[in-house]
Amino acid sequence: MNNFWIILFHTYLNKLKTKSFIITTLLTLAIVLALTNLQNIIDIFDKNGGKDNVAVLDETGQLYEPFKKQVSTINKDVKLTLFEGTAAEAEKEVKEGSYQGMVLLKLNEEKLPFATYKTMSIADSPLFTDLQSGLQQLKTVLAASQIHLTPDQLEKLYEPVSFTKMALEKNAKTEEELNQARGLVYVLLFIIYFSVIMYANMIAMEVATEKSSRVMEILISSVSPIKQMFAKIIGIGLLSLTQLAVFLSVGYFSFKQNIESLKEGFFGVYGFGDIPLATIIYAVIFFILGYFLYATLAAFLGSLVSRIEDVQQMITPMTMLVVAGFMIAMFGLGKPDAPFITVTSFIPFFTPMIMFLRVGMLTIPAWEALVGIAVLVATITFLAIFGARVYRGGVLMYGQSNSFKDIKKALQLTKNK
Amino acid sequence: MKPKIVIFVIKWRGVCGMVLKLEHVTKRFGNFAAVDDLSLVIPEKEMFGFLGANGAGKTTTFRMILGLLDTSGGRITWDGKPIDYSTSRLVGYLPEERGLYPKLRVRDQIVYLARLRGMKKSEVLIELKSWLERFKIPEYENKKVEELSKGNQQKIQFIAAVVHRPKLLILDEPFSGLDPVNVEMLKEAVLSLKENGATIVFSSHRMEHVEEMCEHLCILHKGSPVVHGSLKEIKRSFGKKNLVIHADFPLDFLKDYPGVVKYKATMEGILLQIEGESIAENILKEIVNQGFIRKFALEEPTLNDIFIEKVGGSYE
Repeated sequence: MNNFWIILFHTYLNKLKTKSFIITTLLTLAIVLALTNLQNIIDIFDKNGGKDNVAVLDETGQLYEPFKKQVSTINKDVKLTLFEGTAAEAEKEVKEGSYQGMVLLKLNEEKLPFATYKTMSIADSPLFTDLQSGLQQLKTVLAASQIHLTPDQLEKLYEPVSFTKMALEKNAKTEEELNQARGLVYVLLFIIYFSVIMYANMIAMEVATEKSSRVMEILISSVSPIKQMFAKIIGIGLLSLTQLAVFLSVGYFSFKQNIESLKEGFFGVYGFGDIPLATIIYAVIFFILGYFLYATLAAFLGSLVSRIEDVQQMITPMTMLVVAGFMIAMFGLGKPDAPFITVTSFIPFFTPMIMFLRVGMLTIPAWEALVGIAVLVATITFLAIFGARVYRGGVLMYGQSNSFKDIKKALQLTKNK
Repeated sequence: MKPKIVIFVIKWRGVCGMVLKLEHVTKRFGNFAAVDDLSLVIPEKEMFGFLGANGAGKTTTFRMILGLLDTSGGRITWDGKPIDYSTSRLVGYLPEERGLYPKLRVRDQIVYLARLRGMKKSEVLIELKSWLERFKIPEYENKKVEELSKGNQQKIQFIAAVVHRPKLLILDEPFSGLDPVNVEMLKEAVLSLKENGATIVFSSHRMEHVEEMCEHLCILHKGSPVVHGSLKEIKRSFGKKNLVIHADFPLDFLKDYPGVVKYKATMEGILLQIEGESIAENILKEIVNQGFIRKFALEEPTLNDIFIEKVGGSYE
């Protein structure tokens, strides 16, 4: 077998067998399973079936029923109970946890309702808002009947205005599609971000380990450093694809199993029902290109350090680039058509994440995506050629060296004259 | 003695076999010349010793021979061609800095490295077994390298360098850090490889190893060869001899005796370095009537003497 393949499979199989790899894979699988079963898990812990219990003390004796009706139109999950007892008793029950809170309903001089809401902490704002709007509506109804409006008149007053959104751009995404795209892009961005950081780290560590254990010198006397570098990058690349394949297939099946319960939660809002094929293809392309870009960078940075302890310090600038790209992408999720996002999507170190964000969320002309890919490929080629030269010299350098001056020194080593 | 020199001269001209030739090799790092105008011819099936203080340029020379570093000037050829990755299957290398994958088992390690040198896995396993048995460590085959002692790691690394039966073997400080028993074991292994037809180049700063094993050698000092040739020739042309005298009377007057270069008192007598045999004769005449002489021996200079003389005692 060719030396290239021997190194590639050696790297791949050895990493596959390491304890740390198996543990991270299992842990992440657990997280994937937990996420796809989120609704089931919430249901297990939620004794009241997801409902908020609120005690209502009605001093007037006539507000409870209409109030309950109004609140139930706003949120079915709020369960109101008429409390037969004193306010002090109700407060006690709230403190004991039988109720989320209590509402004290009263009428003022104008025969309009007002209320006090008491709860353990006022952090639970959605519930408060629901109760408030319920009371507001009740008040409106009562006030309207006081000024003798007929139900017809009342209905006219509250009829929603017709207001339609239309995008002029061809194939522009609808609001629903945009939300859907946002969820998908968000998840894929996370995958790209974590994979790039994790596997680039792995490559830098691998190179530095070989160097610090001095096995490198034997290796480079039998296989050229350039062959080694690429065999390693592709070997780890295969590893990353293996890991992703495991996550995605387990995630997919678990998702299918729980599809009904998930539709109501997070996944319902950011629907994953039908994922556009183009988005997936772009995700794969940008994932692979992003991986190669940062893997090449990591390999040559790793070749410059002599001790494993220095690896982190050496690759910090690279990690910063990835983090910066991710931050910009997170901002872009909310405003994908900002000029800033358009510009950064053509900067090769950010392209994998931000160009992907744009193709995922907007309808941009194909040439823009292609230019992004071309710039990325050109950068990778340049980095590979430059990186291979640094690597070749870097692996022979030992000592306290871990600064960027060493790049120059490493290049000097490989020079002829 | 004479016939051997004749054979040697024929070999020296590179008529026979896979000669390793260095012609005016120079390596500069910036303004610093690590190796300066080094020319050597190492005939096939020879054992060639490189001597030099730390930083003399031995490792750099080896790296250039292996093609890991490019030369700044000059040419290195083996069998008429430069060594590159197409010939790397015929070359074995034991680097000065010992290193193996700490987390890998001995067996996987050797199999991986030997496969990179073009061997099949099944062949490697047979060879590995016989080497481990030879070094009396067969039980380590399935141990991780980090669990082995340093000496045993070194043996494993030696196996990694020779398991593919290289024709050219480069050993950078092969015996450093080993106990005497292991040094002997490794020496025997090196000699048997030589008998099987390998050309061996090795470096050391232990004079006695080179003296014992090499027909030819080169002393490097600050990148330049200061002594170069066959061991016997080098000793002969050095001219100076050692004279050991053990006697019952004081010998200090010999300190300033004409022709005495160095004077050193030892436990039982004195050790002199003299300019030639005739001086020894004069000294013997001088002291023969002064009392009882227990020992009077004229000896060849040791490599150590030559080294110190040529390199200026600056080593280690």
